[in-house]
Amino acid sequence: MPVVMDADRMARSLTRIAHEIVERNRGVEDLALIGIRARGVPIAERLAAEIETIAGVRVLTGALDITLYRDDLRRHAVGPQPVIRRTDVPFSIDDRLILLVDDVLYTGRTIRAAFDALIDFGRPRAIQLVALIDRGHRELPIRADYVGKNIPTSRQQSVQVRLSEIDGRDEVEVEG
Amino acid sequence: MSTVASVTSLRSRHLLGIQDLSSPEIDLVLQTAFVMKEVGTRPIKKVPTLRGRTIINLFFEPSTRTRMSFELAEKRLSADTLGMTTAGSSVSKGETLLDTARTLEAMSPDMIVIRHGSSGAPHQLARICRASIVNAGDGLHEHPTQALLDAFTMLERKGRLAGLKVAIVGDLLHSRVFRSNALLLTKMGAEVRACAPATLVPAGLAGLGIHVTSSLAEAVDGADVVMMLRLQLERMQGLYLPSMREYFELFGLTPRALERAAPDAIVMHPGPMNRGVEIDSEVADGPWSVILDQVANGVAVRMAVLYLLAGGEGEGGDK
Repeated sequence: MPVVMDADRMARSLTRIAHEIVERNRGVEDLALIGIRARGVPIAERLAAEIETIAGVRVLTGALDITLYRDDLRRHAVGPQPVIRRTDVPFSIDDRLILLVDDVLYTGRTIRAAFDALIDFGRPRAIQLVALIDRGHRELPIRADYVGKNIPTSRQQSVQVRLSEIDGRDEVEVEG
Repeated sequence: MSTVASVTSLRSRHLLGIQDLSSPEIDLVLQTAFVMKEVGTRPIKKVPTLRGRTIINLFFEPSTRTRMSFELAEKRLSADTLGMTTAGSSVSKGETLLDTARTLEAMSPDMIVIRHGSSGAPHQLARICRASIVNAGDGLHEHPTQALLDAFTMLERKGRLAGLKVAIVGDLLHSRVFRSNALLLTKMGAEVRACAPATLVPAGLAGLGIHVTSSLAEAVDGADVVMMLRLQLERMQGLYLPSMREYFELFGLTPRALERAAPDAIVMHPGPMNRGVEIDSEVADGPWSVILDQVANGVAVRMAVLYLLAGGEGEGGDK
């Protein structure tokens, strides 16, 4: 199935998003990037590096695992539990502008869970959402503030984001 | 410590003993516990994971730390919990374990945590209940969550279990903590030395690949971990020991006895301690001691166990 974003386009998208973040927030002093595990985390790190190049400031980064906040855990069914990974937010989020970063925005349920998780850590000044890919089909009233690429998909398809840090190469592919 | 476990779920929906767990499953519980430990460091030490689930804590034997630790773990995962102890319940009116279990089952709990004086009581419940059963200590048999939290504490301090030299000293015969620890540590590739007076050594240890000795010096020699067990005087209805004083002379852990251990050795004790019987106060409160870490880690490990047993929709999920 088609590769809808290659390494070059991904790099350009992230550079553009970094510029938009700096421009829209008129500075980056109280800003922190928090990536949602797994693939939001390296994207957040890359954005932090881009922002450093543009604005000369190293912004804080963290990692959030939302498994313990998922709304489908409460459905009673016999099956394995999702594997949980470590949440790592080594700074206070109080009064900061938090940029939540994920690879794919789909139903919005992950983001809903991420809000709950974040709010347990404190009270940010505001939360903005970054998604590398927006594939539509929202089930909750959630939208991204910064999008790398909108990709129309059907629900039967799946979108695979691959990142060199995890998968050995950068690309986005639509499957099915 | 941050390695990814090679299995993603437990095969059984019950935790009855370490005996039934494979080493990748043990690894999964321990890795999950590292995540759960982080939850305990947050300003809000609670996650909504088990919201709407009911957990019954059934304690037929006295317990402070295990019962409170389970309760705290359940509350941190947002489960609804109710506790029952023998005093003041129908058990004191002569109700059998199975009738008690059937009665509780009619209230449709999702999990039952049970401590019982008879070996195999949790296994009986597992046969008749729809709920997941967690063994919180059964007779002389097993105490799996204690062994898991001990292993977690070792992993946290030493970064590995394989190849670790672990001396376990004390009342081996009456200790379900010893049994579960011995099973777990041998499965994970640690080198276990068991040390006790001959009257307190259970049969069949050699088959587990455990070195048995009645010399404290030999057991502690070069050990990375020294785990002291409580003398369970309440279970000793015969003449097992000449005197407490002699026991302390030969098997009590003192700073002097510890000199033979590895320089960075840690000292563990599942509690409650008999100071001056199996452990000297100077050791129990000294720099080697991780006894209070064990208590803190108990909550994280039990959260991990409850989470993994709770079952869910499976891998993946919607974005």
